[in-house]
Amino acid sequence: MVKLQSRIPEGPLAEKWSNYKSNQNLVNPANKRKLDVIVIGTGLAGAAAAASMAEMGFKVKSFCYQDSSRRAHSIAAQGGINAAKNYQNDGDSTYRLFYDTIKGGDYRSREANVYRLAEVSNDIIDQCVAQGVPFAREYGGTLDNRSFGGALVSRTFYARGQTGQQLLLGAYQALSRQVKKGNVEMYPRMEMYNLVMVDGKARGIIARDVITGKLERYSAHSVVLASGGYGNVYFLSTMAMGANVSAIWQCYKKGAIFGNPSFIQIHPTCIPVHGEDQSKLTLMSESLRNDGRIWVPKKKEDALKLQKGEIGGVDIPEEDRDYYLERRYPAFGNLVPRDVASRAAKERCDAGYGVNSTGLAVFLDFKDAIKRLGKDVIEAKYGNLFQMYEKITDDNPYKNPMMIYPAIHYNMGGMWVDYELHTTIPGLFATGESNFSDHGANRLGASALMQGLADGYFVLPYTIQNYLADEINTPRFKTDIPEFDTAEKEVQDQLEKLMDVKGTMSVDTLHKKLGKIMWEGVGMARNKEGLKKAIEEIAKLKEEFWFHVNIPGELNDLNQELQKASRLADFIELGALMARDALHREESCGGHFREEFQTGEGEALRNDKDFTYVAAWEYKGDDKEPAMHKEVLNFEYIEVKQRNYK
Amino acid sequence: MNLNLKLKVWRQRDPNTRGKFVNYQLKNISTDSSFLEMLDVLNEELITKGEEPVIYDHDCREGICGACGLYINGRPHGPDSLITVCQLHMRKFKNGDTIVIEPWRARAFPVIRDLMVDRNAFDKLIQEGGYVSVNTGSAPDANGIPVKKEKAELSMDAAACIGCGACVAACKNASAMLFVGAKISHLTLLPQGKVEARDRVLDMVTKMDELGFGSCTNTGACEAECPKGIKLTNIARLNREYYTALV
Repeated sequence: MVKLQSRIPEGPLAEKWSNYKSNQNLVNPANKRKLDVIVIGTGLAGAAAAASMAEMGFKVKSFCYQDSSRRAHSIAAQGGINAAKNYQNDGDSTYRLFYDTIKGGDYRSREANVYRLAEVSNDIIDQCVAQGVPFAREYGGTLDNRSFGGALVSRTFYARGQTGQQLLLGAYQALSRQVKKGNVEMYPRMEMYNLVMVDGKARGIIARDVITGKLERYSAHSVVLASGGYGNVYFLSTMAMGANVSAIWQCYKKGAIFGNPSFIQIHPTCIPVHGEDQSKLTLMSESLRNDGRIWVPKKKEDALKLQKGEIGGVDIPEEDRDYYLERRYPAFGNLVPRDVASRAAKERCDAGYGVNSTGLAVFLDFKDAIKRLGKDVIEAKYGNLFQMYEKITDDNPYKNPMMIYPAIHYNMGGMWVDYELHTTIPGLFATGESNFSDHGANRLGASALMQGLADGYFVLPYTIQNYLADEINTPRFKTDIPEFDTAEKEVQDQLEKLMDVKGTMSVDTLHKKLGKIMWEGVGMARNKEGLKKAIEEIAKLKEEFWFHVNIPGELNDLNQELQKASRLADFIELGALMARDALHREESCGGHFREEFQTGEGEALRNDKDFTYVAAWEYKGDDKEPAMHKEVLNFEYIEVKQRNYK
Repeated sequence: MNLNLKLKVWRQRDPNTRGKFVNYQLKNISTDSSFLEMLDVLNEELITKGEEPVIYDHDCREGICGACGLYINGRPHGPDSLITVCQLHMRKFKNGDTIVIEPWRARAFPVIRDLMVDRNAFDKLIQEGGYVSVNTGSAPDANGIPVKKEKAELSMDAAACIGCGACVAACKNASAMLFVGAKISHLTLLPQGKVEARDRVLDMVTKMDELGFGSCTNTGACEAECPKGIKLTNIARLNREYYTALV
């Protein structure tokens, strides 16, 4: 029986992290050299953690599936990173950032973790500036800020529309420095396929060399997951094509608990789907909502004309436009949190007011901002985003309003971790998007970069020592022990089984089927019937997959179809768990919207009495139902309220 | 309007096997599709026929990770400016077009298979000093390091490099001067990067030669094909920094 212990330190909220650091175990410099840590993934969390631990003196092995660690998908984050610096003198503080994040997460995250996140946010900005991240500046040379959804202050630091890229390059460069010094061994194009446990502890991994197809063994004193998000379970998402759940899924199957798997973020401002062959969706940064106004026509006949392509957005006069976010949420207007903005767009489109040929798009209009600030200012602020939009859609957003629609973007759910980012498997840690910890049921914009770097630079390198301090007498060990044999054989068998199917359907065809089931049943709006149906359909799809998947090429060779098939096998199982999780949670909170549970005005209706907990799922075997455990959330420092952005 | 196309795709088993162009026909490609979505359609057809799909690198498909890089009709990232292959759309082609698709060709980027190349040399260049040596936790307050706005903007222009390798592929000498110049500029323009400026430029230039990248003859093909619009002035700044470091 798994017992969930959150290990939140004693003491007042604001002192917990310093108390923890003052009292935790540390590893002395001579011993650090003797300890190996494996880090899976080189995004913000992984690269920052690997670099920081290497600087401290640990020996790090860093893995990524891409050809270079610089390409991890953190690179695609556009808008910015939050910090409670209060440089704008607008009343920001650690408490306010903490409060906004808890509220934004719809009161489904852990107070102590979120407070620590807000606390270290300022250190992140300092660190990144020292590394040479070229953040936007004021004329006096100080740092500039902008606003993001769910906040009444300007606390978002940014580097044009490429903040994620610049932060990731900072971490990548720090990592490169440690590679040069010999403290980090890089393993690009190397994908984790299994976790190796020795005496109940995480002790290594089985990885597959993407180029040769060979399975390889790596041992360490601890394994850190920083493998990112699993949005590709929906096929279409803003995730990178290779982003997958497999690393954490193997750990789940080895006993690590999975927290809130169904908590998915749907980003309101993405370029709408164009057709059947579409492979991925492109985000338009939330920062655009600083100056862009979102609307649909007031009259249905105008919407119909737009859908038929008879008129354009510019043809509709001001008085016939429905700025529905400003109408419904006057206090936050276009800057309501993502879940609220996404649902409002869906509501208007479902009611027949969509503005493109599929009826699944709303306008994001810069007309007023261009009039107020001039085209040059808008270009300086958002030029690269406008260019990207034009290249993809062949439409000029300076002249015509952009068309946008919500898309799968981020998962709040992930590996369950305690305050130390420790999973329920000793020696196995999870950071960044791969853990469930800080965003509750909805993540605020510009908080993913903050959390990834907080975990990577400032949290994990400390907390992992509390574990490693007890491992200093464990010598480095070889990988020719039975535990590695078994773990490798598991992978070998699974891959052979996949190759042996020799069916007739391509991996993508099956993946698109899964995506459709997930989007319809476990998407933006969920209900009991739909979720039950999704669970049945996923079970059928699983059979279909193992009967019909067609993988050309060889097992022990570069084989991109085999890579994709192996990931899809895990996605299918994850999909079932997500549906199950969404079905059990009979309330609406954040990104999880159950149609049966809404207010008269169509807002999410939480049920705090019965659901103020993290749903923590335990794997029980392929043919058995997973067991659910509860981590009850206690709010001592925040009054739990109905979220209100009006 | 949908397109019927003829493709000539470079197929090469491994670095040591001779490659060759293979012809394929594609029908009914939507002009709204991206170039990589068109290749997805090709691969889907190949898989259905039991043939091996064309291997190429790609990941973010929004023009920022730098993974995709194909030589299309003689141009890195194809016939459009300021984009990567994943952002190239089929509306840039006409019905009946023949499209020639090749990998990057440079000594420092050996072909792994088909259109996939090994760009590890770029990582090795950054490891040679493309960073500021600051350990986590030792930074002063962010606003304690003021940076002139114009300098910050110029630095950002250079830092926008995505490491795709188009500059090397476009260059007749397969030179990495624009890539290295961009990193030197990004860091040297900021006060944080000045401390190590001398060692950085000497080490990176030495490494560049060692890795088999060619010399720069200022033809500017790199700037013309850079998907992020990195300017040739960064090479001028690299040269200046290099000669200053030598004296």
